[in-house]
Amino acid sequence: MVEKFKRIDGRKLNELRPMTAKVGVVPNADGSAIFSFGNTIAIAAVYGPRLLHPQHMQDSQKAILRVNYDLLSFSVNDRKKPGPNRRSQEISKVTEWALSPVIDLKQFPNTVIDVQIYIIQADAGTRTAGINAASMALAHAGIPMADLVCSVAVGKQDEHIVLDLNKAEEDFEEGEGATDFPVAKLANSDEYTLLQLDGNIPSNRVKEVLAMANSACKDIYEVQKNALKEFVK
Amino acid sequence: MSTLKIMARDNYQEKFDETEEKESSMPVQQEGFDETISKKRKVVIPGEVIVSGEDFLPSDGTKRSGDDIVAMRYGLSEESGMVVKVLPITGAFIPRRNNVVIGRVSNITMNGWVVDIDWANPAFLPIDESPRFINKNEMDQFLAVGDILIAKIWGMNQRGIDLSLRSRGLGKLEGGFMFRVIPARVPRIIGKEGSMISLIKDKTGANIVVGQNGWVWINAETADSAIKARKVIEFIVDNFHQEGLTDKVEDFLAK
Repeated sequence: MVEKFKRIDGRKLNELRPMTAKVGVVPNADGSAIFSFGNTIAIAAVYGPRLLHPQHMQDSQKAILRVNYDLLSFSVNDRKKPGPNRRSQEISKVTEWALSPVIDLKQFPNTVIDVQIYIIQADAGTRTAGINAASMALAHAGIPMADLVCSVAVGKQDEHIVLDLNKAEEDFEEGEGATDFPVAKLANSDEYTLLQLDGNIPSNRVKEVLAMANSACKDIYEVQKNALKEFVK
Repeated sequence: MSTLKIMARDNYQEKFDETEEKESSMPVQQEGFDETISKKRKVVIPGEVIVSGEDFLPSDGTKRSGDDIVAMRYGLSEESGMVVKVLPITGAFIPRRNNVVIGRVSNITMNGWVVDIDWANPAFLPIDESPRFINKNEMDQFLAVGDILIAKIWGMNQRGIDLSLRSRGLGKLEGGFMFRVIPARVPRIIGKEGSMISLIKDKTGANIVVGQNGWVWINAETADSAIKARKVIEFIVDNFHQEGLTDKVEDFLAK
């Protein structure tokens, strides 16, 4: 039965959209990267460690990580009102939480590391593309990190677990409807830094989701790794 | 000319100060960037295993994880003897003790100068660390706000960075112009024992000072030689990873 299920764009159930990645795309940033899942494109720029204002936010024990995620107004079909909103603030926060466990912030007390993520084209999976780009940009900025972070969304269409939903799949309404399950994990260990769930999924199938995310993250890591290595050539 | 010789020696000194206990085992080529051992270098990314084995010692930018030496930052890995480290190739300036940096005076206080050295926390040059006696009422005659100086990081603490001018070759830089390069690539501009920078100075006739914070100051008699010096430095920074860079720089200078 699983074999009969056809995805909207004809991919296999566990197939990622084609990925591209490149580092060093923002000349004035200390580190930057672009990452895309199919039609979803994210640019991340890292500035710092640098002076943190306002001063009361400074932490004398460690640096703080400040992430700003922005879905640009031209990135979607119906123009989005520019500026921060509830959704972008939430995604900024979860991205910050997804990235901060790998960064050695203790080395730079009283400073801030700023990460700007801009989605220039959106086709679902923007937070995961943003995390992938930001993790490459942080590495490119020479920030001490324990590992790279890889992120992918696993979804459910009716009762089929599928990988890396696009916008059309996310809007799927037949049967049990669509479920979105973004995951971020460290590249070289099974430690998860982001798990979100929008929709319904039986608890006994979560393992299936994580297994699918794990194998997809291996492919994403290869793309990130190659982009960082190709920068020096 | 003397300035640069000093700087090269200071870089050298800095590497030793960081790892005092390993001093005897550290080869001399730590100082600038030695092209002759480039074969052992490879690009590593955070979390990547560089080498495995009990014999290796983790140094800058690496850590031990079980049997493996793992990179903690993006850069070029280098094995010198048993010591493994990662040389950064990008990123903001991170100050270390004994770095020689170029700064700009941003404020004058009761007992010293506040200096911008391109780092989050301001650096401070106390009046006692100036090379000669300075009257507290006439501090701006020695260094006014906006003046450029070359100084050494003498100490770092919770409050900030302390600078000193008490070494040969340090002091105010007058005339000329200044620009920024990626700080991690400064060792490449200096070269092994200052070989690259003396080559540029010989061929262009410009007076060049390179700070570890990536600020470069150039003063030359003619605009042409100053422009040429800047272009060749930017060429080195863009082609930092290439082998046989000295030859390429010579070709570039001959053009």
